[in-house]
Amino acid sequence: MLIKIILIIFIVYAVSRVALRYKDKTISLQEFVLWTLFWFLVGFLVLFPETTSYVANLVGVGRGVDLVVYLAVLILFYLVFRTLVRLDKTEKDITKIVRQVALKEGNSIKKTAAEEKKE
Amino acid sequence: MLSDKVWIIIPAHNEEKNIGRVLQELLNLTPNIVVVNDASTDKTREVVSNFSVYLLDHLINRGQGAALQTGTEFALGQNAEIVVHFDADGQMQVKDIAKVIAPILNNEAEIVFGSRFLDGASKIPWTKKYFILLPAKLFNWVFTGVRLTDAHCGFRALAQKAGQKIEIRQDGMAHATEILDQVRLHNLRYKEIPVEIIYHEYGQSFGKGFKILFDLIIGRLTKK
Repeated sequence: MLIKIILIIFIVYAVSRVALRYKDKTISLQEFVLWTLFWFLVGFLVLFPETTSYVANLVGVGRGVDLVVYLAVLILFYLVFRTLVRLDKTEKDITKIVRQVALKEGNSIKKTAAEEKKE
Repeated sequence: MLSDKVWIIIPAHNEEKNIGRVLQELLNLTPNIVVVNDASTDKTREVVSNFSVYLLDHLINRGQGAALQTGTEFALGQNAEIVVHFDADGQMQVKDIAKVIAPILNNEAEIVFGSRFLDGASKIPWTKKYFILLPAKLFNWVFTGVRLTDAHCGFRALAQKAGQKIEIRQDGMAHATEILDQVRLHNLRYKEIPVEIIYHEYGQSFGKGFKILFDLIIGRLTKK
């Protein structure tokens, strides 16, 4: 099936990216192992989709593919939430820095403004 | 002239058109003026530099709430006893400042909000009055438990104590609701005073209102 080939090619690509990131040390060994395992699992499911049906029946979902989609949506929601919270924190941190710079420079300007008034 | 313990904070983002006139008028009242230039891309900075005021620069645009907090912190650092939040767009009236700080001077309140509704001094477009300000007012009441006649026109005066206690964490326009939240949290005594707002432009549109709602909800979710 063509779809399997496309997906496998994509997974190989993804794993190669993970390996590259590990090589240039942007991710830790722990992250490297985690992501590699994740993509291998995805690859396994692509090659043997029947296995998902087995798990799906276990938890009471009709089709294996449905279970995968349910889980994917759940994980995505969680990740989006986490990203949102982190983004919010980053924004607030940027504000803190911008404020500190403004206040620091303002305090030095203060003198000139005060001198101006004396003249 | 105002007491030298009163400081005026003006957040400014691309206000080259009106800020000169506003500063001119304010300087008749007090030299304690802090303009927080929130990374304007127009000539705001040049215009403000011509006046003998304190000019703080945000290197990156952080929004009105962030600019107000920066200005307030600066003023408190200068031992301000009353901090007034004022707009750069010329819609607020300089003559109202004395009225807004009066309750603090008389020890009747620690924070004073200007209201466009109390005596009908302001002419508000009716669509804005009923479809934006009324829902905002109700929302604030439910959300913060502080009931005001006006959602928030941005004109307010803070006693030193209120300025120290209130920390504006909402960088955008949601800060107005956040302040009410903190008024209740810190049990601050508040009062409303009628002020006149003369409209040049419409201000917060409906779409921006939703942006504020979104910010408040995210703020709630991520609050420590």
